[in-house]
Amino acid sequence: MMNTILFILLLPVAGVLVNLLFGWRRGEKFAGRVAAGVMALAFAASIAGFFQLLGLPAEERLIRSDLFEWIAVGDFRVNAAFMLDPLSSVMTLIITGVGALIHVYSIGYMHGDRGAVRYFIYLNLFVFFMLTLVLGSNFLVLFVGWEGVGLCSYLLIGFWFERPAASEAGKKAFIVNRIGDLCFLIAMFMLIGIFGTLDFGEILQAAPAKLVAGGGAVTVICLLLFAGAAGKSAQIPLFVWLPDAMEGPTPVSALIHAATMVTAGVYLMARAYFLFDLSPIAMNVVAVVGAATLLVAASIAMVQTDIKRVLAYSTVSQLGYMVMAIGVGAYSAAIFHLLTHSFFKALLFMGAGSVIHALDGEQDMNRMGGLSAALPSTSATCAIAAFAIAGVFPLAGFFSKDAILFAAMTSNRGGIGFWLAGAVGALMTAFYIFRMLFKTFYGRCNLSIEQQNRLHESPGVMTRPLKVLAVLSFAGGWVGIPIFAGANLLDGFLAPVFGGGGEAHHEVIFELMMMAVSFAIAVLGIYMAYNVFVLSSRGASAYAERWPGFYRLVFNKYYIDEAYDFLIIQPIRRLSVRLWKDFDDGLVDATVNGAGGFVRLIGSAARQLQTGYVKSYAVMMLAGALVVAFYLTAGAK
Amino acid sequence: MSELPLITLMVFLPLIGGLLLIFVGDADEAGRARVRAISMAFALLTLAVSAAVYAGFRENFAGMQFVERAEWIPRFGISYYVGLDGISLPLILLTTILTPIVLLYSWGEVEKRVRLFQMALLFLETGMLGVFVSLDFFLFYVFWEGMLIPMYLIIGVWGGPRRIYAAVKFFLYTMAGSVLMLVAILWLYFETGAETFDILVHLDKPVHYALQGWLFAAFALSFAIKVPIFPFHTWLPDAHVEAPTAGSVILAGVMLKMGTYGLMRLAMPLFPTAARDFAPLFMTLAVIGIVYGALVAMVQDDIKKLVAYSSVSHLGFVVLGLFSFNLLGASGGVLQMVNHGISTGALFLIVGMIYSRRHTRLISDFGGIARVMPVFAVFFVITSFSSIGLPGLNGFVGEFTILAGAFDRSPFFAVVAASGVVLAAVYMLWMLQRVLFGGDPSPANLGLRDLGVREWCVLAPLIALMFGLGLYPKPILNKIEPSAKAWVEQVNRRVLHVKPPPEPRLARAPAPVFVEARSLKAVRP
Repeated sequence: MMNTILFILLLPVAGVLVNLLFGWRRGEKFAGRVAAGVMALAFAASIAGFFQLLGLPAEERLIRSDLFEWIAVGDFRVNAAFMLDPLSSVMTLIITGVGALIHVYSIGYMHGDRGAVRYFIYLNLFVFFMLTLVLGSNFLVLFVGWEGVGLCSYLLIGFWFERPAASEAGKKAFIVNRIGDLCFLIAMFMLIGIFGTLDFGEILQAAPAKLVAGGGAVTVICLLLFAGAAGKSAQIPLFVWLPDAMEGPTPVSALIHAATMVTAGVYLMARAYFLFDLSPIAMNVVAVVGAATLLVAASIAMVQTDIKRVLAYSTVSQLGYMVMAIGVGAYSAAIFHLLTHSFFKALLFMGAGSVIHALDGEQDMNRMGGLSAALPSTSATCAIAAFAIAGVFPLAGFFSKDAILFAAMTSNRGGIGFWLAGAVGALMTAFYIFRMLFKTFYGRCNLSIEQQNRLHESPGVMTRPLKVLAVLSFAGGWVGIPIFAGANLLDGFLAPVFGGGGEAHHEVIFELMMMAVSFAIAVLGIYMAYNVFVLSSRGASAYAERWPGFYRLVFNKYYIDEAYDFLIIQPIRRLSVRLWKDFDDGLVDATVNGAGGFVRLIGSAARQLQTGYVKSYAVMMLAGALVVAFYLTAGAK
Repeated sequence: MSELPLITLMVFLPLIGGLLLIFVGDADEAGRARVRAISMAFALLTLAVSAAVYAGFRENFAGMQFVERAEWIPRFGISYYVGLDGISLPLILLTTILTPIVLLYSWGEVEKRVRLFQMALLFLETGMLGVFVSLDFFLFYVFWEGMLIPMYLIIGVWGGPRRIYAAVKFFLYTMAGSVLMLVAILWLYFETGAETFDILVHLDKPVHYALQGWLFAAFALSFAIKVPIFPFHTWLPDAHVEAPTAGSVILAGVMLKMGTYGLMRLAMPLFPTAARDFAPLFMTLAVIGIVYGALVAMVQDDIKKLVAYSSVSHLGFVVLGLFSFNLLGASGGVLQMVNHGISTGALFLIVGMIYSRRHTRLISDFGGIARVMPVFAVFFVITSFSSIGLPGLNGFVGEFTILAGAFDRSPFFAVVAASGVVLAAVYMLWMLQRVLFGGDPSPANLGLRDLGVREWCVLAPLIALMFGLGLYPKPILNKIEPSAKAWVEQVNRRVLHVKPPPEPRLARAPAPVFVEARSLKAVRP
């Protein structure tokens, strides 16, 4: 029984090992097949695990697997322990399922790259750490996965390390994440102090007794955990690394920076919901930051011209939705959106990758247009994903976004403000995603003749995963269709984890009205994009000219990177140089050298040494020994 | 089996090997090969003996093991008295593992006065092992001083252009500390009335509260220079930059731990009350060292100097753990001493490998060399992440336990120290970016060859240890734990009046017993 977990975890490791041992010699084709093969097997194992859980009574759906005692000092003990419950089961299905598709796609995308074998090793390694993160049954094992995915993200963003921008972006991602990790660490120290353990189950049991609801301790812990989550899930103020992370190969952006790793923060908070439930203040902070992030990122996404950057900011914005959902206590809605987002955003990234692949690396949307004829599969699947993310009925995004908007409005932690943020965000989402779609696939073709001649649809190994994801983007939301006045399938499955919070009862009519409103918003956003980018001949430039200052502010991402550089990075660097030059070399050494003629001492000693250092040292030692001996003898009498 | 004097064998095997070398010429290539083979054989033999010690080590036992005792100078209460416990065992293993690695590394690197070099390294090993096993102050001091000579020679003879300055600076700094320690030892011998150099006897009977301060200060200063604790660290960058690779590895890997080991074995338990009084000062200095070392490391342009400053930062963690006065901090501290030896040792080896190819250590002379030296890059990246404290590698377990222990004692210090975790990522990754990545290799670097078999063998065991200790630290941690537990009780105990204060003129004297109560802080029931 416990072996399912082990299988899920160890299959990617097997892929890493096989490729480490044989991949280099057998080449990229072999490596790609091994990597994708183990992913398919891991997905099968995840499905097996899912059905094992279903076979258990709802309240007992938890399979544990303790491997060994990892760190044990005194009473503090942490096991390398894993568990499969409905929440981690959903996550493993996403990671291995979407992951397997992206691995297959990568075989085509990375074809001909001289680092392809290395790429597949990193990719499998990433999946292993991601699975560790969601299967770990205590905070520290989760943290191992947490840092491990950070490492792989660093390696994969900087995969083309000869590019200065790529290695810079990898480093930036790791360091910004470390700031969040620092907070996560401190939260763990506080938990150790209060509970003496980091095990989820034990803390869950003891939390009501040992923590005061609404008290300072639990609030600080939750805010620190949230800071950690804000690093991984790219929330304000730590989101600056994610857009730069687009320097990595595009399938990496799809897997790590859209479908899986960046959702780890959302997962962490959902996993620790029993702590967040105790702290209304922290919840409110989470919701506000999520709302702010979704708006800021969506606004930036509306004006970017690099196709991957549009998607990157879109991801930040969608993560904002999930975080806001957590903040209003709608945990299962957050996981629902996490699920659907992994389908359509992975699809969008892979579609963008297919475009970039076809154009030999071109990413500027102003130089694209009219590609739908040449790239039929790519453009059709991307269109489905665009409708899904915009929230058009009955596609996946509609249901999950509606669940969040509904909760934002009706939850006792929500409010009209959160709903409004979500609604405005939805409008912007529909606008920017169709802007991207129109500029890329429709309208006038801005390619050079040379590019047009070489234009080609991607091979089947790349388009087939797109088609599977298109189906999922279309129908994937149906697991969460609200069965009015009751829980939907996904809610029901996750209910044992989140304690089955009895949501307030609402009129069916009210729920339907809400759905109609969010559908109308999506259609309005799409129409606006159609109006600006298809009907109008001048595109968006008219608006940019009308509000030049505001346009520049948004286009330059509110100058946040520049502000960090000016306010934090440069002062620290200047301080460090000062410390080194003025304190170490200046003060301390000058004092030492000055006091007692240290310099002269060194000088004369050095001259001694050069004439016959061994001898003079021996003399010194002998003299010292004599003094000691004399003192001893004298003292003893 | 246990009848064999294992410790004596282990400590003096390298010395015997070194003395044997006197009779082997190193004038021609064959002679040099013989010299190297013999010293390697003795280092490996020592490693084997230490492995036997490890295998025979009694778990769940806090006291000294493998104890050997022989009268030496009975008139002064001096004896040859050695033994080891869970605190010294990991450091002994570190020493016996690093020495053959360093010998192997130097095999093709050092061509100047090979015999003397090998002798110095072997004598150094005896000195270091001696310090870790001595249970007699006199013996301890002999090894402590004896160890300085070979290291001094290694820096002074085989070092870089400013080697004489660095060697003398190293020597005078540590010598200054040693003198203070010697005075304190003699004071203990005469003034306590014990008239013995037996360390364990003195540990059992701490001197009076009023007198602990000065003695603790004398010992602690001596060890603080050695660690080095901020602001006594300025000898370290000079010594490292000028020392040959082998010297840097041993210096950072083992000799810096003499300072933390001395604090742990002598200064703190001998004078527990004073140690607790001084704890805020030491925690402050430790935390400053962590942040300061990291900041200064960040702006270095010489890779070796960067690694040297990172040591200041890492050793700050160890000191912080020790002065947390609890089990997590102490166990983490011991583990971190070992971890730092492995990671930083490997880093210095890596810097040496690149230096011997390009004869420069300036970061700006490199860039993009991951393409021409892919295997080297893999080792470099793994080692860097071990140093950064990535979970799954060795550094994390030590840092985490230290910080958890420190947090229990003082959240403020722990939080500031934890910021070192971010800074470590900054300086290491920025360095990696500029050395390995971020552009095409310049023409001068295009011809660099990747690691050879010998270099591979040098790094592989250390990399294996990084993974081993990171994933499964239990085999070491469970040996540290009982001794660390006993140590925590020792340093937390209330003061005992061995001898009343000589004169009542000290106003603070009558108070101590009451002052003590607050300092008792158990790890957690």
